[in-house]
Amino acid sequence: MKLTSVTLAAVLIGSTAFAAEVGPKEVKYNDDTAIEMSLTGMAGDPTKGAVIMGTKSKGNCVACHEITALSNAPFQGNVGPILDGAGDRWSAGELRGLVVNAKMMFEGSVMPSFYQVDGFTRPGNAYTGKAGKEPLAPLLSAQEIEDVVAFLTTLKDE
Amino acid sequence: IAMPVMSLAEPDDDHLVINGDLEIVTKTAAPAHMEETGIDTIMSGWHFRADETQQLEMDDFDNPGMIFVDQAIDSWNAVEGSAGKSCASCHDDPSSMEGVRAVYPKWNEAAGEVRTIAMQVNDCRTTRMGAEAWKYDGGDMASMEALISVQSRGMPVNVAIDGPVKAVWDQGKELYYTRTGQLDLSCASCHEQNYGNMIRADHLSQGQINGFPTYRLKNAKLNTVHARFKGCIRDTRAETYKPGSDEFVALELYVASRGNGLSVEGPSVRN
Ligand code: HEC
Ligand code: HEC
Ligand code: HEC
Repeated sequence: MKLTSVTLAAVLIGSTAFAAEVGPKEVKYNDDTAIEMSLTGMAGDPTKGAVIMGTKSKGNCVACHEITALSNAPFQGNVGPILDGAGDRWSAGELRGLVVNAKMMFEGSVMPSFYQVDGFTRPGNAYTGKAGKEPLAPLLSAQEIEDVVAFLTTLKDE
Repeated sequence: IAMPVMSLAEPDDDHLVINGDLEIVTKTAAPAHMEETGIDTIMSGWHFRADETQQLEMDDFDNPGMIFVDQAIDSWNAVEGSAGKSCASCHDDPSSMEGVRAVYPKWNEAAGEVRTIAMQVNDCRTTRMGAEAWKYDGGDMASMEALISVQSRGMPVNVAIDGPVKAVWDQGKELYYTRTGQLDLSCASCHEQNYGNMIRADHLSQGQINGFPTYRLKNAKLNTVHARFKGCIRDTRAETYKPGSDEFVALELYVASRGNGLSVEGPSVRN
């Protein structure tokens, strides 16, 4: 049963092994700033996205952003703008584009690219200070990015 | 509860006087070479720390870094190595080091290189004392640097940036602005563009080194400049440089020059 559905998906999308997943090197931006298609073909889970954004070893977005809806995550930083209302300011595609590589929208941004695996200067092996070998694992997986995007779209100004 | 971000966002206006009589310049006009950075006032990292941490530096009896200064006095007087000498044999009292910390890293004509204090100390140990070099960022070295620094406390940092050091200074500047690691951040991303802001629980300072070596409450020891550089680069998920490497010597010269005009403050206390 399982085998069949995987095979079917591969046939439908016409690609290899991880048929539905768009890899870091295959991401396509529409109009330079937005990525319209889900990276996994699946909807994100906003509850998981909230956890990822507040967790130090994951997105750790609160290191730089304040988010009122995540007030359970302590010590929110202010290097970046407050994300309240981000779901009004940006479309889902733009939010996906921002998390994948914020430099497409904001040239020279200090916001890290969460779905980039190579092209770094002195890439390291995580936080060890030792050399890392490109391609590195992206900071967030495709599904984690979808989860984060799903949460960001819920951030509306009332 | 509201985040305390607003109240913490700005460096404070407190005034640092050590032992009731030693005035420390912790804010002053930026040196001319920083004009292009948009920073007009340079500030010691002391301004970005909490009141309780700041207070520890106002009295030498409260400053845990001073314990290491005392230890270094012992090694200053200790005979070591095949020449049968101590630092005191050639330099008399540690007070002979007055003014030294303010001008390092500095060009050494005989060696034809830019030297940090640690390089100079190890040169004296190996070539003049016949003793073993200390680990570049180890405890013995950090303590000796604290002893040497204390002799210049309150004097303005004044490292030379041109003449024979120019090429090394340029290299240091280049490194300061190079974005590294998977997070793709440079020293400037945090300490030039974002000082005064909070990055998670950390209040970002200008990353000045006038207060080094620094006693950190976090690891309860004296920390050297190069160990701090290493930590900051590691935090960009990059491969770091080694303490004592040419790259870090160059970076130290450049970062020191961004503090020209601040008082020598080490050993300082930080969290
Ligand atoms: C090291 C700092 C840093 C981190 C970590 C960071 N950001 Fe950002 N982010 C910024 C900055 C700075 C900007 C503003 C754009 C600019 O000027 O560079 C920004 C902009 C944004 C924006 C658009 C701003 C708006 O509301 O209009 C969104 C959305 C965003 N970030 C989401 C995230 C998410 C989600 C994460 C974690 C997965 C994250 N950021 C992690 C620094 C950061
Ligand atoms: C046998 C003599 C001798 C001994 C022992 C010695 N030094 Fe030196 N030291 C010198 C001389 C000579 C210089 C000047 C070197 C130069 O300019 O090239 C110097 C320079 C220095 C400087 C740089 C001072 C400046 O004004 O730039 C420091 C710092 C220093 N020594 C620390 C130490 C320490 C710490 C020890 C012991 C661990 C020590 N020295 C042991 C002879 C000695
Ligand atoms: C991701 C952010 C980040 C980057 C990039 C970064 N630092 Fe830091 N740095 C910090 C934080 C956080 C602290 C602790 C709080 C403070 O003093 O700013 C710190 C502290 C320091 C201090 C200690 C200041 C004091 O008064 O004790 C120095 C010096 C320093 N950094 C230099 C550098 C240099 C040089 C670079 C580049 C090689 C660099 N930093 C890159 C975040 C960063």
